[in-house]
Order: sequence, then structure tokens, then C-alpha cells
Amino acid sequence: MNFAFTEEQIQLRATLRRFLTQTYTLERRRAIARAGGGCDPAIWQQFAELGILGLAIPESLGGIGGDAFDAMVVMEELGRSLVLEPYLSTALVAAGVLARAGSAQHQPLLRAVATGEIRLAFAHEERDSRWRLDAVTTRAVRESGGWVLEGHKSMVADGAGAHYLLTSARAASGLCLFVLPGALEGMTRRAVATHDGSSVAEIELAGVRVPAEALLGPEGGGLPLIEAASDVAIAGLCAEAVGAMDALLALTLEYVKNRKQFGVPIGSFQALQHRMADMLLHAELARSMSYLASAKLEVSDVTERRRAISAAKFLVGRSARFVGQEAVQLHGGMGVSDEVATSHYFKRLTLINASFGDMGHHLERFGSMMAA
Amino acid sequence: MDLNFSADEERFRSEVRAFVAAELPASIRDKVLGHKRLEREDFLSWVRILNTRGWVAPSWPRRFGGQEWDPARELIFEEECALAGAPPVLSFGPRMVAPVIMAFGTPAQQQYFLPRILSGEHWWCQGYSEPGAGSDLASLKTRAERRGETYVVNGQKTWTTLAQHANWIFCLVRTSSEGRPQSGISFLLIDMKSPGITVRPIVMLDGGHEINEVWFNDVEVPLANRIGEENKGWTYAKFLLGHERVSNATLGLSKRALRELKAIAAGTPAGGGRALLEIARFRDRIAEAEIDLMALEVLALRVIAMDRERHAPGPEASLLKLRGSQIQQTLSELAMEALGPYAPLHQPQALAADWTGPLAGPSDGIGITARYFNHRKVSIYAGSNEIQRNIIARHMLGL
Repeated sequence: MNFAFTEEQIQLRATLRRFLTQTYTLERRRAIARAGGGCDPAIWQQFAELGILGLAIPESLGGIGGDAFDAMVVMEELGRSLVLEPYLSTALVAAGVLARAGSAQHQPLLRAVATGEIRLAFAHEERDSRWRLDAVTTRAVRESGGWVLEGHKSMVADGAGAHYLLTSARAASGLCLFVLPGALEGMTRRAVATHDGSSVAEIELAGVRVPAEALLGPEGGGLPLIEAASDVAIAGLCAEAVGAMDALLALTLEYVKNRKQFGVPIGSFQALQHRMADMLLHAELARSMSYLASAKLEVSDVTERRRAISAAKFLVGRSARFVGQEAVQLHGGMGVSDEVATSHYFKRLTLINASFGDMGHHLERFGSMMAA
Repeated sequence: MDLNFSADEERFRSEVRAFVAAELPASIRDKVLGHKRLEREDFLSWVRILNTRGWVAPSWPRRFGGQEWDPARELIFEEECALAGAPPVLSFGPRMVAPVIMAFGTPAQQQYFLPRILSGEHWWCQGYSEPGAGSDLASLKTRAERRGETYVVNGQKTWTTLAQHANWIFCLVRTSSEGRPQSGISFLLIDMKSPGITVRPIVMLDGGHEINEVWFNDVEVPLANRIGEENKGWTYAKFLLGHERVSNATLGLSKRALRELKAIAAGTPAGGGRALLEIARFRDRIAEAEIDLMALEVLALRVIAMDRERHAPGPEASLLKLRGSQIQQTLSELAMEALGPYAPLHQPQALAADWTGPLAGPSDGIGITARYFNHRKVSIYAGSNEIQRNIIARHMLGL
């Protein structure tokens, strides 16, 4: 049992926090959100130089071959600074799947991810799937040495801006993942804004033809890869939420210590102190479960891993909702204004709950694995 | 970062598990797991068995007869004992008064009292709360007046857990009314057989007798039974509060309660050939409690690591007490709800181990509703949850 971070992780956190604190101000973030797409090329290039774009990529392919706790450290810091850039979808989720599937023809993509030249998206969800990992209706049909894809993808993070899409589709043999370039005959991508200033894409696939090499991993064996991608995304979102809750708690604490009413700081009122104590408790429970999710990411026992991932997503989601709502309430009128960071943290925390399974989804999944 | 126990700790867990399986008498285990009433002798039998291995107060220093276990081992030990159905080793002696005697007692006090805690000869209870001094403990009024080589104690303590079984009580008493309320308090060790002590039962809402009033009427206490200096008792009591640690999370007890809850729900028909455990509406609530318990466990392990890092306990124990008590209450509540229409039954005669008479309702329902009522105490005692939030706000948030 050891909860200490390594020297490298401490260094990574410090470097990233210094960079983001100086660069990623609320004003800068607003500008990035206004521009649409949620990715500032200059910031992205800085991420490449910091090495974090290659975190999930082996050293032999230009990455740094980091582990789940390295990723957790990065995600906490991105959450703390409310970063919009699609780091999770490209560098951890999609690059992670590519590294795991290990198809030789796709490895050059990983080098390009590490240098920041390209971004990847994980195009899996569909309009009626509601987070169920195997609910894929998009069809993949073999045709003259290649594949034809027919269907759609929905709520794809960075789906309009990414250069390649890791796309799930159902073939006769089962679920498959394909690596599709972002521009193909028959593919349309429509960016849609989200409440946190980011964007997702709705993607139509009408008779999209790809060569045989587009298949990622074993034919019909896509589901384990999809689940691994979802697990990585969930652990990342949990860590991001923990970072965001840390920042939001600090903001709220500062506010109640400085805001005076009735001639005294409102933080001197016990009613508010107790609410803050509960916020801290729930943030620490969330941090505990975020650690657990990262710790169990590579566990071979499938049930143990699934239980930890679903438990973490549920509990972090509940903490995020609680801490977010309480922070807004304690900020009073300031909490419901666009002007202060509070509402932006609240919105991001709220939306994390709707990604890769909400509380109800994961509570159900956890319960279904319940051993009496 | 590594969230697993070490191989050494896992070996230790196996050792504890094997010991408890071999040594815990079935009659006691069945009472504990069946929510039957535990007699004084049941607690003491288990203390004597543990003492054969030196496991009554294993976190004590070796020179006082302990094993110097670290909190991780203590946590494993408590969990294994709880899951196996061992009665609790009450904190009052080994965990509450003993650390004070070790830190502030005289060598004579250490030599006399500490071995008798380990052997079970002394059963300690805690004389802190009074009718007018609960959360505001420093306002206590029980007086100790010096008369030569003795104190004469007058007043009343209350909510005194298992005082009916105890032969010693450690008390906070007022020896001065000057200055701040905290500065006139002394810490006395009092023989319960002293003339002038009266113990009166307080019946709890579940019908059980586990707490008492303890009255002091001109009770003579030798000066030699004072811990440390006169009027410094508050300092010693605060030191003691700093020792309430990871066991606040009651992980072992809650794991046992969760296991029991699942078993009840799995055995309760809920219509359509399905068990209650298969009904989503109920299963979701069990699942949420289980997830809460998982999070609490990791948090407890983190607190252990923090304490080890800084070589001192911190205020995070309040997070564990706050959450641990909420989870205990949730699990008790769910078990009662699982009984459904049988929840109202009050059959105290069935709490006797040898009861063979008629019973209404499911056999695993005995004591479940009583425990729900009884467990409202856990967010009140040992520093109410409101006091814990005060501590968190002040010491962790700087408010």
C-alpha cells in the first residue's frame, strides 16, 4: 500500500500546473470556446512539447509510455484548469486503443499524435445506444477487399476536428473497430456545441468505403477494445472531475472567507461551514475512487475491473454533482453568473456525468455484478 | 502508487483469519452474527482468548505488552474479527484510557493498570458526558474536592456505555472553577466498587440496556488515581481524542452488515419468483451503499498513509467518523426495509441465545429493526457528526 506519487509524477504535475496557471486563464478559455471546436493549436503544440500527448504511446513510437497514474495526474491538472482541449479523447482513449491493438499499419499515427500533428477521436456512441458498449447498429460489410460502412455515430468528442476516427461498426463476425480518415466520401461530420464550451460531432456514414487495413485489431473482436477505451475514458474523467472539484472547493473557500454579510465573513456561519465540510468529504471520497479506478484499469480479473470502474464513475459523478451544486449555492448570485469560474466548473462537472455512463447507468452495471 | 496490501500484510490477514476461525467459540460467534444479546462473560472470554496471542491491545508498545502493530494491521485485524463474528474488543480500556496512562501516568499506574486491561481483569467505562455537558464537554460540573490524600467526588455522569459491567471508570471532573472551563478539569481513575457510586440503567429506544447514569455521592478517590497534574485533565482528554483513528470508519462492521443485508435480500421473496435482491429499486440502494463503503475504505487507507507520512494523526479521522457512521446507518436502515411487513416485530425474548420458543417473521430478522433504532446513536456518540463537521471546517478548511 503506497499512495505516494513518484518524483516524475510530482514533476509532471508541477510543470503542467505552472504552464496551465500561466497560460490557461479563464479569458483564454473563453476565447477558445468562442472560436469553436475547443482546441487551440498553440496550446496543443505546448502539450506536445510537454510530452503529454505521447503519454499512452510507447517510447519506441515517440511517446513516453506512461502508466495509469501518470495519466491520472495529467487529467487532474487539466480538470483543475478546466482545459477544453480534447486531450482525453486523442491522447489517452484513442491512442491507448491504437497502442493496445498494435496493428503495424496504424503505428505511424501514434508518432503523429505524440508530436501533435494529428488528433484522433473515438467514434462509438450512437443515437440509441445510451452508453451501452455493445449497442452498435452501424454496419460494416466486406466488399472487394475492403469494407463498406453504413450508419451513424453520435456525441463524438472532437469528432469534427479530429484527423482520424476510431469507429465501431458491426460486421457479420461481430463488433469491429476501424480507423477512418476524417474526410471520406460518404462521411459527413457536423460539430455541435456543448454547454461547457467544447464540441462534439454527429457523424453520418453513408456507404463509406475503406481498405482492409482500416480494420483495427481482430475482426469481430472489437468489444474488448471498446471496453478498454471506455475504461480509460472513465478513469480519465474521474481524475478530471477530482481536479475540477479541488479547484472549485478552493474557489468557494476563498469566497466564503472574503464575502461579508451582516458585517462578518459568511464563512463564519455554521450552516455554511457544515456544507463546506460535506463538500470536502465528498471531494475526498471522489479522489479515493479515482485512485481506485486508475489502480484497477489493467487488472486481469474482468469483474473486479468492471466493479471498480462503475463504482468510481458513479461515486465521482455523485460527488461532482454535490460539490458543483453546493459551490454555486454558496456563491449566491455570483454562482449563477457567467462571469466567475464557478459556473464553468459546475457545467463541466455536470457534463462529465453524462459521458461514458451516468450515475444510474453505472449503478445498474455495478448492481448487476453484485455477489450475494 | 499501489492500493494493494503488501504480501506480508496478506500473510498476516491469513494468520488472523486462521486464528479467529480456530479460537472463536461457536456459541459466541452465533450470538454475534445472530444479533443475540451478549453477556459480560462473552466479551471477557474473547479478551482472554486474544490475550493468549497478545492481541488484546496489539498496537501498544512492546514494553507494555503490545505488538506495535501499525494502523494497517489493526485495520486488517478488526475486519477479520468483525467478519468472523467476534465480539468487539471495547475501546475504553485498550484504546482510550491506556494511551493516556502510558503518556501521562506514573510508572506505578502503568504497572498496575495496563496488565489488568490486557487480562480483562479491569473493565473500563468512560465518565465524560453529563446531563449538562454533551458536545460542550468542558462545561462539566462533577466536582472533585481535595481532602488530604483523597478527592471527594460528587456529581453525575451519563450515557456511560456498559457501566453495568465495568469495574473501573475514567472520569473528567472539575477541580477548579477559575479561569476558562477547560483549565479546571482533572482526569481521575475511579474504582466502580467505591462506596457512593450508583449505576442506573438508561433503557434505549430499542429496549436494550447498554448505557447508564453513574452517580457519585461523596466518593473517595485516592490522589494516586489522578492522571498527571491537577487541572490538566482537558489536555489529556484531548490527547485521547487524537487517538480515535481509522477504527472510526467501522469498515469491518459495515462489511459484515453489507454481507448480511445481501443475504437477507437474496432470501426474501419479492413476487414473480424473484428475490428482493433482484428488484432494481432495492438493489440500487444496496449497490450505492457498497460503493460508498469501497470509497470509505480507500479513504481510510489514505488516512493511514497520511498519518504514517507525518508521524502524527490529523483531522481526517473526522471524515472517517462522519462517513463511517452514515454508512452504518444506511446499512441498518436497508436491512430493516428488507424485512418489509415483518419490520415492526419486537421479540426481545428471542435475543436470548437459548430461546427456542415460537417466532414470527423470518429467522434472520431477529434484532434487525432494533439495530436500526439503536444505530441512530452512531452519529451522536464519540463526537456527533455536527462536531465532526466543525472539526473539518476549522482544521481542514481553516474556517
